[in-house]
Amino acid sequence: MKTRIFVTLKNGVLDPQGKAIHHAIEGLGFSGVHDVRAGRLIEIEHEPGLSKADLESMCTKLLANMVIENFEIEQA
Amino acid sequence: MMRAAVIQFPGSNCDRDMAVAIRDITGADTSLVWHRESALPSGLDLIAIPGGFSYGDYLRSGAMAARSPVMQAVIAAAGRGVPVLGVCNGFQILTEAGLLPGALMRNAGIRFVCRTVGLTVENNQSMFTSGYSAGEKIHIPVAHHDGNFFADDATLDRLEGEGRVAFRYAEPVNGSARNIAGVLNDAGNVLGMMPHPERMIEAMQGGSDGRRLFEGLIREIA
Repeated sequence: MKTRIFVTLKNGVLDPQGKAIHHAIEGLGFSGVHDVRAGRLIEIEHEPGLSKADLESMCTKLLANMVIENFEIEQA
Repeated sequence: MMRAAVIQFPGSNCDRDMAVAIRDITGADTSLVWHRESALPSGLDLIAIPGGFSYGDYLRSGAMAARSPVMQAVIAAAGRGVPVLGVCNGFQILTEAGLLPGALMRNAGIRFVCRTVGLTVENNQSMFTSGYSAGEKIHIPVAHHDGNFFADDATLDRLEGEGRVAFRYAEPVNGSARNIAGVLNDAGNVLGMMPHPERMIEAMQGGSDGRRLFEGLIREIA
């Protein structure tokens, strides 16, 4: 079984990488892009019995830094 | 005799400089402790978490190292009041381990910053900063990609109000909130700072402003 975990910066936290990507997109001639925020996708292959609570615990203990990041768990 | 330990992680690269600085300035019996150890040498007077790129900065700078076996022992020692100094990657590791508030994010200007910067000593009442005068301007090098200190406004207000901002950049360096370069924990025995005092301990290195951090520390511990 596979679960995808999306880690993103909280609203209000400056994202210099997102800003740089935004500039690069504009540099390629694309217009109409208002903002870019960069995050991280973590894919976890696991036993079907792994609980949502365990996945959340992995996120809060390691995969996301709760001072600056949020996470979303997407189970296939 | 004072006893100190410098923790080594895979990817640490300021561990030897830190050990030399501690040994030369304080005379401490200084051991290097590998991150897989689950216990620290007994009777430590100082623990240093050095700079570098532990675990290649995988996931987030300091994130993997903060979960190393030795860090449980460091957290326990910090709780008992043992002084813990984290420099650069060491600062990142201490925030990731929850020993210090906030987080260190990518520099606002994206670029790695490697130069000597001016710092203001904001609080000279801590065991780490007693070698300086309050408000003194000193010069210490930084070398980091993720030194942009972030915390919410309430946390920043609390840090300032409690005198826990030890050092502030004299000018913007990396986008750090309120130009914060180093912070103390609430008990005052844990200091994290991005600048490298161990790289400024004798004139040959271009200055010795870092030396007084260790000199002050030995007087406080002795």
